[in-house]
Amino acid sequence: MIETFYDVMRRQGITRRSFLKYCSLTAAAMGLGPEFVGKIAYAMENKPRIPVLWLHGLECTCCSESFIRSAHPLAKDVILSMISLDYDDTIMAAAGHQAEAIIEETIEKHKGNFILACEGNPGLDEGATGGMSCIIGGKPYTEQLRHAAKNAKAIISWGSCASWGCVQAAHPNPTGATPIHKVPDIGNAPIIKVPGCPPIAEVMTAVITYMLTFEKLPSLDRQGRPKMFYSQRIHDKCYRRGHFDAGQFVEKWDDDAARQGHCLYKMGCKGPTTYNACSTIRWNGGLSFPIQAGHPCIGCSEDGFWDKGGFYNRLSNINQFGIESNADTVGIGSAAVVGGAVAAHAAVSALKRSQQKGGQE
Amino acid sequence: MAIRLTKPDDDSAIYVYEIPVRLWHWINALAIIVLAVTGYLIGSPLATVSGEASDHFFMGYVRFAHFAAAYIFLFGFLGRIYWAFAGNEHAKELFLPPIWKLSFWQGVWHEILWYAFIAKEPRTYVGHNPMAVLAMNALFVWPSLFMIITGVALYGEGAGYDSWQYTLFSSWVIPLFGQSQDVHTWHHLMMWVIICFIIMHIYTAVRENIMSRQSIISAMVSGWRTFKEPLKK
Repeated sequence: MIETFYDVMRRQGITRRSFLKYCSLTAAAMGLGPEFVGKIAYAMENKPRIPVLWLHGLECTCCSESFIRSAHPLAKDVILSMISLDYDDTIMAAAGHQAEAIIEETIEKHKGNFILACEGNPGLDEGATGGMSCIIGGKPYTEQLRHAAKNAKAIISWGSCASWGCVQAAHPNPTGATPIHKVPDIGNAPIIKVPGCPPIAEVMTAVITYMLTFEKLPSLDRQGRPKMFYSQRIHDKCYRRGHFDAGQFVEKWDDDAARQGHCLYKMGCKGPTTYNACSTIRWNGGLSFPIQAGHPCIGCSEDGFWDKGGFYNRLSNINQFGIESNADTVGIGSAAVVGGAVAAHAAVSALKRSQQKGGQE
Repeated sequence: MAIRLTKPDDDSAIYVYEIPVRLWHWINALAIIVLAVTGYLIGSPLATVSGEASDHFFMGYVRFAHFAAAYIFLFGFLGRIYWAFAGNEHAKELFLPPIWKLSFWQGVWHEILWYAFIAKEPRTYVGHNPMAVLAMNALFVWPSLFMIITGVALYGEGAGYDSWQYTLFSSWVIPLFGQSQDVHTWHHLMMWVIICFIIMHIYTAVRENIMSRQSIISAMVSGWRTFKEPLKK
């Protein structure tokens, strides 16, 4: 019999009082009413822990770094114990063949019942790197991923790497880094994208908690992201929104507007085009988030955020028209060409007409 | 050149642009000016205003004007499509250039020669000349449709998940382009396509008014096309 979450918590010396506090805070984080606290507590007390395989492909481990900092009460200690995290090479004690053997063992024992958490993505380009850009235990990561994915109940794509491709997939993408949902022959397990570089710790833990509590996937948007955290843009709930509507913008890093905390729109803030929960849940236990610290949002949870030109430019670069060009430089250029052509044509027309008139007289 | 709203004395005059078409044309022109100016300001806002945020609502007004003009543009466009069915034969020209007809392309070729100063004599047209029809369709009708679809999709982002704008447009348009920022960029680029069209549109309208055989600008005011010489039947 696999232990329940509650058993694990008690074994780790967590009081029932703290446990119930955790349940109510989790319910609040997921936007649920107070009546769900009992449901969460019941689930935690009675449901067996779900085994999780946490595989790492091409990535920087910032997702793991974020996850272990979940400042949600107890999450730091408990979520890791709550789920039966059978394999996570970054934080597991086992190493080498023993560690690798666990993957096989989990897949055998919990076929179709474990959650596959993917951090990072595989490099599929056989040409440039011979498919050798990510080798784990002597085998390409792609093989390990496919094998686990086909036997998983559900896949969580942690972070922008697994969700969109992230920096390693930036142009020209030498390794052919490919997000999980685009990997061919990946099987049919549902994929939940939790983008961000990294995703917010509390978002990560809440997604897992939701799946454990209700034994189903959270409601996803069309792009596969949980609606409860990715249905609004940073801009929609930004505490500096009032300055945006007023037309008060930071123009330079050291100007008076910057000191007064005005809107960072002109400094390239991607808040208006970025779906994430940073402006509501914030980071480091709700302490702050990039805009609050005076830096524009770089849009790290959006597809292709790395290839849109400077983080500090409002308009995206359109490199097809030369470095540093954007919609306005292209547009003003075209309008000038058309305007010039029109003026020249008008001049010739007038000339021809006067010639004709002269000829007629 | 005096412009009259009633039937000209000239017997050869033909009623081409009905009232809904003319109304749409000028309201639409106004809406586009508002949309282009406010749209540009949304992408590149003016210098910051000082004082308390609660004393100002500049970006709010700019965005409001953009959205209000956008709705006028949208419903004007829908109304114009309706009029293509309800109105006279000239009301259809804009939407359906007869690209399957050889005579149409011969007409386009003639206009190219006319604009390259090779053809010496302009032809007479009751409606638009073939080149104008082609340009309006390719550089105005389709870009307008593009602006409406991407525009409503961007509006839906603010309106939220339960809005019809989000359900009908944002939900598929944004993933289609990649992400919201890409939709913004394309929406912005297409504004310049329409601005380029407007430059050409105004120039050719003025030029044709002077150099062709028929009235152009007054026709869009009064609806009546007049001819400088009797129409060859």
